[in-house]
Amino acid sequence: MIRYLLRRLLQTIPVLIGTTLLVYYMVFALPGDPIAALFRDKQPPQSVIDDLRNQYHLDEPFWIQYGAFLVNLLTLNLGNDFTQQPVASTLARIFPVTAMLAVEALIIQAVFGVTFGLIAGLRRGRVFDSTVLVVSLIVIAIPTFVLGFVFQLVFGVRLGWAKPTVGANADWAALVLPATVLGLASFAYVLRLTRASVIENKKADYVLTASAKGLSGPRLVLTHILRNSMIPVVTYLGANLGSLMGGAVVIEGIFNVPGVGNKLYQAVLRGEGPTVVIIVSVLVLVFVVANLLVDLLYAWLDPRIRYDK
Amino acid sequence: MKSLDASLNDEGSEVEGPLLEIRDLKVTFQTPHGDFDAVRDAHLSIMSGETVAMVGESGSGKSTTALAVIGLLPDNGRVSGGQILLNGEDIAHASERRMIELRGKTIGMVPQDPMSNLNPVWKIGYQVSEALRANGKPARHSDVARVLEEAGLPDPGRCARQYPHQLSGGMRQRVLIAIGLSYPPRLLIADEPTSALDVTVQRQVLDHLEVMTSELGTGTLLITHDLGLAAERASRVVVMYGGRVVESGPSLELLLNPRHPYTQRLVASAPSLSSRRIQTRTRSAFTGEACPRRSRPRRSSGADELLKVENLTKKFKLRSATGRSTPFTAVDNVSFSVGRGTTTAIVGVSGSGKSTIARMVLNLLTPTSGRIVFDGVDTSTLSNRQIFDFRRRMQPIFQNPYGSLDPMYNIYRTIEEPLRTHRIGDRSSREKKVRELLDQVSLPQSSMKRYPNELSGGQRQRVAIARALALDPDVIICDEAVSALDALVQAQVLTLLGQLQSILGLTYVFIAHDLAVVRQIADDVCVMEKGKVVEAGPTDSVFEAPRHDCTTALLNAIPGTGLLPPQVGRSVLTNGVDIAKCSHRPRACRSWK
Repeated sequence: MIRYLLRRLLQTIPVLIGTTLLVYYMVFALPGDPIAALFRDKQPPQSVIDDLRNQYHLDEPFWIQYGAFLVNLLTLNLGNDFTQQPVASTLARIFPVTAMLAVEALIIQAVFGVTFGLIAGLRRGRVFDSTVLVVSLIVIAIPTFVLGFVFQLVFGVRLGWAKPTVGANADWAALVLPATVLGLASFAYVLRLTRASVIENKKADYVLTASAKGLSGPRLVLTHILRNSMIPVVTYLGANLGSLMGGAVVIEGIFNVPGVGNKLYQAVLRGEGPTVVIIVSVLVLVFVVANLLVDLLYAWLDPRIRYDK
Repeated sequence: MKSLDASLNDEGSEVEGPLLEIRDLKVTFQTPHGDFDAVRDAHLSIMSGETVAMVGESGSGKSTTALAVIGLLPDNGRVSGGQILLNGEDIAHASERRMIELRGKTIGMVPQDPMSNLNPVWKIGYQVSEALRANGKPARHSDVARVLEEAGLPDPGRCARQYPHQLSGGMRQRVLIAIGLSYPPRLLIADEPTSALDVTVQRQVLDHLEVMTSELGTGTLLITHDLGLAAERASRVVVMYGGRVVESGPSLELLLNPRHPYTQRLVASAPSLSSRRIQTRTRSAFTGEACPRRSRPRRSSGADELLKVENLTKKFKLRSATGRSTPFTAVDNVSFSVGRGTTTAIVGVSGSGKSTIARMVLNLLTPTSGRIVFDGVDTSTLSNRQIFDFRRRMQPIFQNPYGSLDPMYNIYRTIEEPLRTHRIGDRSSREKKVRELLDQVSLPQSSMKRYPNELSGGQRQRVAIARALALDPDVIICDEAVSALDALVQAQVLTLLGQLQSILGLTYVFIAHDLAVVRQIADDVCVMEKGKVVEAGPTDSVFEAPRHDCTTALLNAIPGTGLLPPQVGRSVLTNGVDIAKCSHRPRACRSWK
């Protein structure tokens, strides 16, 4: 078990190097001079430009730039961004917001997706099942940004149930609307996955045996159908946490959430290689850790899975 | 009327009538193609403490009847007529609430397949305690341990902390028995409780079940497809065929004087009751005149050894939970040889290394040491190209006809695949060959376009045989090729294998755990225990004078042995129905010119 954990953590090293290299190169290859873009039509003194160029090794070839970045990263010196704010403190400010948004979206899609999926699976072919399937198909078909604007308009402006935009102080309550929109797209998948899995497990021999023992009602459903059905769903949810954080870029724009997505977008526009790469690296780390957690959850859900192999 | 009156009595008073009485039961399934009666006019009765066996092939309505009794018919099935009287109370249309009350408490069930009937994600202890709690009994650790101990599980405390996959099939079946009898119920439905187990384990489990039910005075409905087992374990036997009860009566009487033609066929083909190689007879009948057959030399020791296994050993590394690996010898210094055109059976309980040998002989697994000589060549020295050619000459048939056929391939593609892989012939000649092969295994040409899920188990195994024959191999390795099949289908497939052997001069290595089957097909037998060959020799001499304890145990474990005096058994076979009539008459004669 511990050996397995260690091996998995060691595997993240090549993953991190690979992604940072790729992302750094893509930002490097963007056309245009980042310093010129920073000052737009203003003409700063040459000494300031030289200072900046020096600080970010902008005149050096790609490998030197990337090398310097890696050394800084390893010594945990994240440096300043082009506006001379320390990246570390920016991250500390924006990361929790996006994490909160993603986790809230994950909880919403898990709770509703699994509940509706379970009921639909148990009542296969009835009205509830058919309705839920059609609705989920519609939700899958509508792009997130359209859904975002619709929710903003309906629940935020017309009904006034929640603030249409989030703004500076983002807490759980303020994030409900963006989190719902973010979670809705994958909610449909969670629902369908749960439903299919429940339908399959309902037919399992051990469910029949459990009924023959005298079990019935919620006890039978929860212990023998739902738990066995959760294995594929958990995989999907875990892999989804990463995409939720990445996918927050659009939603954060629409609802004006001061999160990672917003910052990333600005940094890409400015050609700030180091900042972009640091944010992406953090997202990659989240992805890797989430997947590791899923694999560990597996062992709890399905004791037949063993890691020491 | 008597039982109806009885139901008016107070619950505490002794009920005179039968514990369970089924009258004119009719079960209907709704399918997209209209309604279908799975059970029609079924009737039987069971007294307290009595065991009644229900026999029939799969699809005959046995399990459906059982599920109707416990009220767990699938959603599209319903009782559409008749009565199910439990202590006089008609439960055929009882409310779901009443059925939940009865399940576990009054009616217990031991299901068929120990592999799939325990939930893999819960510990054994939890699954037992759940059954106790659902029926309002205390479910402390000690109660769970007691229930498990009564079902004959050694070290019940440890067992309770384990997951199903950590137990053997026999132990899991005991767990299921423990659960089924935990309350304990008045009526126990045992649906093929041991058909997934080795014969020796089967005997232990059934013995134990018998002791428990007779101690508790439980009435038992034993469902099985094995007539020998039914006759040995039950006082009365009910034979079902096509959804109807075609015959019922005291076991021995039914066995000696079967009246219905289906029962007669069942008695004739029950592997446990026959005592001779079936194909000896069918062979002579079959090769009478019309069919030309390849020369099939009689087995003479060492004359023409096609396959020779010398000092074969295979060691595996087993990893324990802590990650330490311990060596495990699956096959230990095994030697035997197989003569051309003969059948050698390798017999043993599961885990004795039979299948490992099969895989090594097929060159799918590399031996740790020892040699396999096929037609004079050591197979370990073959180049990749030569292995490819070698595969043409040796083909496998596996146990599970449901798992060994690709569900996405139609029958034509399944049988044609080996021909395509080995680039034999062109499109039209391959199609001709597939048609010939279907003829050979007595499948209609129309089945070419069908998919495995549209065929029965026996038909699928015929497809597997046709596929194995496609490349005109010399040797076929049958790894438990008939153990997943019903008795009648089993007899048909064995007959087919025997006929093909005499026509094509095939050599079989036949791997089985069922000695009754082996007796019908094999010329020579190797009995294995824990990776070693403990006894080997011609089939008849091994059967008549077993020298090793393991062989004796296997022989005694055949259900129904000693039930009939030898003369009677033989007369049933020779004067009874011709087995060849039961199987589809092969049309090979026509196409084999």
